[in-house]
Amino acid sequence: MSMAKITYIENSGSSHTIEVANGLSVMEGAVQNDIPGIDADCGGGMACATCHVYVKEEWFDKLIKKEDGEEDMLDMAYEPNKFSRLSCQVIVSDELDGLTVSIPSKQG
Amino acid sequence: MIKTDTLIIGAGPVGLFCVHQLGIIGLKCEVVDNLDKIGGQCIELYPDKPIYDIPAVPECTGEELTNNLIEQIKAFKTKFHLNERVEEIKKVEKKWITKTNKGTEFESSSIIIAAGVGSFEPRKFPTKEIEKYEGKQILYSIRDKTVFKDKTVSIFGGGDSALDWAIELSNTSKVILVHRRDDFRGMQASINKINKLKEEGKIEIYTKYQLEAAQGKEKIESINIKRDDKTIKKIKTDYVLGFFGLIMKLGPIADWGLNLDKKTVPVNTESFETNKEGIFAIGDICSYPGKLKLILSGFHEGALAARGCFKYAKPDEKYRFEFTTSSKAVKNRLGVEE
Repeated sequence: MSMAKITYIENSGSSHTIEVANGLSVMEGAVQNDIPGIDADCGGGMACATCHVYVKEEWFDKLIKKEDGEEDMLDMAYEPNKFSRLSCQVIVSDELDGLTVSIPSKQG
Repeated sequence: MIKTDTLIIGAGPVGLFCVHQLGIIGLKCEVVDNLDKIGGQCIELYPDKPIYDIPAVPECTGEELTNNLIEQIKAFKTKFHLNERVEEIKKVEKKWITKTNKGTEFESSSIIIAAGVGSFEPRKFPTKEIEKYEGKQILYSIRDKTVFKDKTVSIFGGGDSALDWAIELSNTSKVILVHRRDDFRGMQASINKINKLKEEGKIEIYTKYQLEAAQGKEKIESINIKRDDKTIKKIKTDYVLGFFGLIMKLGPIADWGLNLDKKTVPVNTESFETNKEGIFAIGDICSYPGKLKLILSGFHEGALAARGCFKYAKPDEKYRFEFTTSSKAVKNRLGVEE
């Protein structure tokens, strides 16, 4: 199975680099590996905004663009900025090998 | 004190179907939910989104599913206690005594927790220093709109709640609407109305701004809002309203002595009982090997938990399995003709 290295940086600064299988979401990679700070209350349905992450600037434009509903949900996220994404909507692929995301201080 | 066989916490689809399963085996129950309506996440998070994986229902929305479940349990005339959150539980002899934040008390021989990811609560402003104004001049819901008359009200948010209140309060208050981006996600008719009010000078709108700080001694006097490009604007205001939707919080359930695994409650898969005798957990809140967070799994879990409640409600009777197609007793309970 193809994997990509994804780096999650907690608000405290601690960093976790994990191999996540292609096809999983960045949210699932975090939850399955017990990375703290990504709650994903709705389970990946783009319905809750508790898997909010900040994508590292140079990676932001390489991601598949947001669907309409994602921007709406980000209105509800905790301290969103222009690099905000819902990690359940970012699907891991070879192109994302090396992706770095930061986790907000809390999810709500 | 309300006496019943089983208290269900959570009026989402799984709690609703569990009412049915308790009802057909002859147990009484009451339901508590912190939301102001029945339906849980289905009604709060995705009332209009189609669901495709309910067995024998090729497609339905969260709202339709909720309405069908309400119809299915109509015969049991179940009492729902909405806008109430269960705070405390304690065991007195063989009964569980449950108390809500409104002071309602229940005595039941079992409790079924069908609380999803917890109770829905308003999302708050991230700014820590404003906490002292919360509940006074900073509000997340409106009980009495007359307090805003002839005052300046700053409303934050881009959805229907923010837009509807901005429109409503613009009749009697000075309204300032602040949103983090240019697009509003409310209904188009509301957006048009807002733009019209802006042209008429009845509403001020600031987009790409978020709340940065608040000033004032006893009461709030002004706030700073910060733009994307870091420019800060100071606004005089009497009230600040935030409409950022709801977030789910596990809340008091965490303090009941139940085993917890992350935010879920481990159960046995025979009856969905937790580590506490007579307390069951079903739906998204329970966990066990192979758990799927699907509504259909929650229905199964509720069916087994209901049977698990039987021995606590009727310790001297033996539970007999019966089909709805053939059992006279079950049909009587459902109020259907032979």
